[in-house]
Amino acid sequence: MGVLLEVIELHKSFGGVTAVDGVSFDLQEGHLLAMIGPNGAGKSTCFNLINGQLRPDRGKIRILGKDITGMKPRHVWRLGVGRTFQVASTFLSMTVVENVQMVFISSHRKLNSMTKKVSNLYRDEAMELLKLVGVEEQWDRPCGILAYGDLKRVELAMALANNPKLLLMDEPTAGMGLKERLKLMELTARIAKDRNIGVLFTEHDMDVVFSHADFIIVLNYGKLIARGTPTEVRDNEEVKEIYLGSCATGT
Amino acid sequence: MGAFIVQFLTGLSDAASLFFVAAGLSLIFGVSRVVNMAHGSFYMVGAYVAYFVVSFLPKGIFTFWSGIIIAALAVGVLGVIIEILLMRRLYKAPELFMLMATFAVLLVIADLSLWLFGAEDKIGPRAPGLDGSYNIMGALIPQYDIALIVVAPLILIGLWLLLNKTRWGILIRAATEDRDMLAALGVNQKWLFSSVFFLGSCLAGLGGAIQLPKGGADLLMDLNVIATAFVIVVVGGMGSIGGAFLASVLIGELSSFGVLVLPQSTLVMMFLVMAVVLIVRPYGLLGKPEAEEHLPPELVESPLRPAPLKFRLVGLGVLVVLILLPFFAGSFQLVLFGEIAIFALACMSLFFMMGPGGMVSFGHAAFFGGGAYAAALLVHYTNSPMELAIALAPLCMGLLALIIGWFCVRLSGVYLAMLTLAFAQICWSIVFQWSGFTGGDDGILGIWPAKWASNEVVFYYLTLLVSIGGIMILRYLLFTPFGYTMRACRDSHLRPDSIGINVKRQQWFSFAVAGVFAGLAGGIYVFSKGSVFPTEMSISRSFDILLSVLLGGVHSMSGPLVGSTVFIWLEHQISQIPFYKWGLQIQPWRLILGGIYILLVMAFPQGIAGYFGRRFEGTFSVNK
Repeated sequence: MGVLLEVIELHKSFGGVTAVDGVSFDLQEGHLLAMIGPNGAGKSTCFNLINGQLRPDRGKIRILGKDITGMKPRHVWRLGVGRTFQVASTFLSMTVVENVQMVFISSHRKLNSMTKKVSNLYRDEAMELLKLVGVEEQWDRPCGILAYGDLKRVELAMALANNPKLLLMDEPTAGMGLKERLKLMELTARIAKDRNIGVLFTEHDMDVVFSHADFIIVLNYGKLIARGTPTEVRDNEEVKEIYLGSCATGT
Repeated sequence: MGAFIVQFLTGLSDAASLFFVAAGLSLIFGVSRVVNMAHGSFYMVGAYVAYFVVSFLPKGIFTFWSGIIIAALAVGVLGVIIEILLMRRLYKAPELFMLMATFAVLLVIADLSLWLFGAEDKIGPRAPGLDGSYNIMGALIPQYDIALIVVAPLILIGLWLLLNKTRWGILIRAATEDRDMLAALGVNQKWLFSSVFFLGSCLAGLGGAIQLPKGGADLLMDLNVIATAFVIVVVGGMGSIGGAFLASVLIGELSSFGVLVLPQSTLVMMFLVMAVVLIVRPYGLLGKPEAEEHLPPELVESPLRPAPLKFRLVGLGVLVVLILLPFFAGSFQLVLFGEIAIFALACMSLFFMMGPGGMVSFGHAAFFGGGAYAAALLVHYTNSPMELAIALAPLCMGLLALIIGWFCVRLSGVYLAMLTLAFAQICWSIVFQWSGFTGGDDGILGIWPAKWASNEVVFYYLTLLVSIGGIMILRYLLFTPFGYTMRACRDSHLRPDSIGINVKRQQWFSFAVAGVFAGLAGGIYVFSKGSVFPTEMSISRSFDILLSVLLGGVHSMSGPLVGSTVFIWLEHQISQIPFYKWGLQIQPWRLILGGIYILLVMAFPQGIAGYFGRRFEGTFSVNK
């Protein structure tokens, strides 16, 4: 297994506030890496930097050895990086299957085609993915009326349609019930192992994190304060104090 | 040297009244999200009221300035009346319907002004006490210009103090930033909105009144100033009063010096400034990059489905009737229905970029009228056959749309729409002013169909073929990846980029496609009329197309077709009313059309087709 994602000394500040402060980590193919930390720790900023939505002030990001620092999201995507958003983002005026078909169309560079109808393009491939994530029965419903949990699954299917090597999932289970959360992460983990996809995800639910992540990195005030296997992170004193401690007093 | 300074000072004084108008527009938009098309009318009314008040009162310094202030206040009151009677009922309707209502007000005021103030241009009275000139190194500058240069910054400071140092101003700025939050805090928005309308309208009235001694008053002021005001607001940065001031000075100076370099080049200069500013600073000189501003569909649109059988049958029925029409209808009906078909294609092309593309254009006539001109010029100068002219017109307009669209897609929502209007006005003025080439106001005459198509029935069929063919192609495109990608870019801003879609490029192409088909409609239109005039490119033509699309509803493809049919039919009906019997010299069609629009907007805030689509959902389920 090779190194899939390398993040080296990443810095980003907004005005005077440093959101990400010298974060470095890497991710192997087929691994699930959880990024945790309290609210405002810089997780989403980190995601947006890797995804290309934001440009880092300093630092490098490499995917399979290729430098992608400062690349636009659409170019990063073409290198095989799938993304799901903290607030599920789909095309609400399209049906579930059409959403996934759009990704296939883009991936085959047919976005500007004016000849064939969309309804005949990559329908079977899209249905297959919907089956995989378990929303195939909803295929013909508009995304605008879907339950939020199902929408998150559609997003996952969309992210998978491009045969990604890396999945970036910003709070993949936010807004879902506990049972559903564990199920979705289980599914994600299985797909990742099957297809040898590296997954970087953020998550607030510690049950989800500790039962599925292969490795965990902990951010606080933009700095990486710990990394390791779930057991190592669980036993890390600093993490206990800063993160889990604050969590415990919070509840 | 003296001449140079005087030219500079003239530019500054021209900027004053532009600044007042743009600041008022910006204020009203910021708070109420209404793009007030009637703002130009307020400016015009301000000029006329000032003219009559000043001529009525005895001559004197005090009465002159009282006249100016009375005019501004009167226009302010007019604005409040319109806000209370009309706008207040529409704040819950989609933004574009409020726009439609303000344009209806513009139409009504245009005809009322003609009736009240007369068709003659009014030459403004000189300001007593300021009717002399200063001598600057041998060049003369009117004292009044200097007065304006002093007044404009004073108003700027006044506005700044009002917005930053008073409770009312803080509420206004809060409303501009987040209306819902302000309402949640228990602020009475009704009066806030009315007061903003008052202030904004006052400023427009003041702008009109204060330029009276320089430019007088005429009936074309309303549309002329609104395009300039849009440019200033876009260049200065939306919602920034300081930006509006800066942009007014810039535009004022440019027109002032532009006249020296190349007379009649002012609008082209304006275009260049706008282009440069938008390339360097897409949000205007002092504007902040704001949270993506766009006009979302009020409801999430239903997925695109193939038309249900019943609907197809209705469509087929309409088509059969159209094809059989020559067998039972007279030549008059044939011309009318041909015109409806052409107009429907123009409306469909606008719907294409507006509905699925999510880009509203206030200047679509640039491509419709532009297509007509392209065909006419080809025939006139190169003697090209009809077929070639009709084929080249859409290509020319596609190119034009690529140029204009390149700038427009850098903005979104209302700013994009304002920019389209500004560009359309520039295209119009080029055609209007370059009379050596385009015939100017006299238009181009004698553009008749080829011999084989000169029979009215044959030409009717040709019109049907081109128009319905165009409509069907546009419809088909919506089902292809191209159309889906357009909708993808409209639906979400994050998602398209994260699946490899280049949003701006896609919008640019959609813009161009819309231009191509509007150009096609224009190309066939010119042969049906035999001539073309600058009015085909004017703002009111743009709004004919826009309002027809809105009338029909932007959520279904039948919308533009229903809307355009209703529009042409209405226009025809109004032209049949025998006004001369009641002693009216001129047909007040704008008044009637405006009145009808106001009624329709209040009755069908979702558009006619949208309304019936919902009403008869069971019968013709277009949107499942």
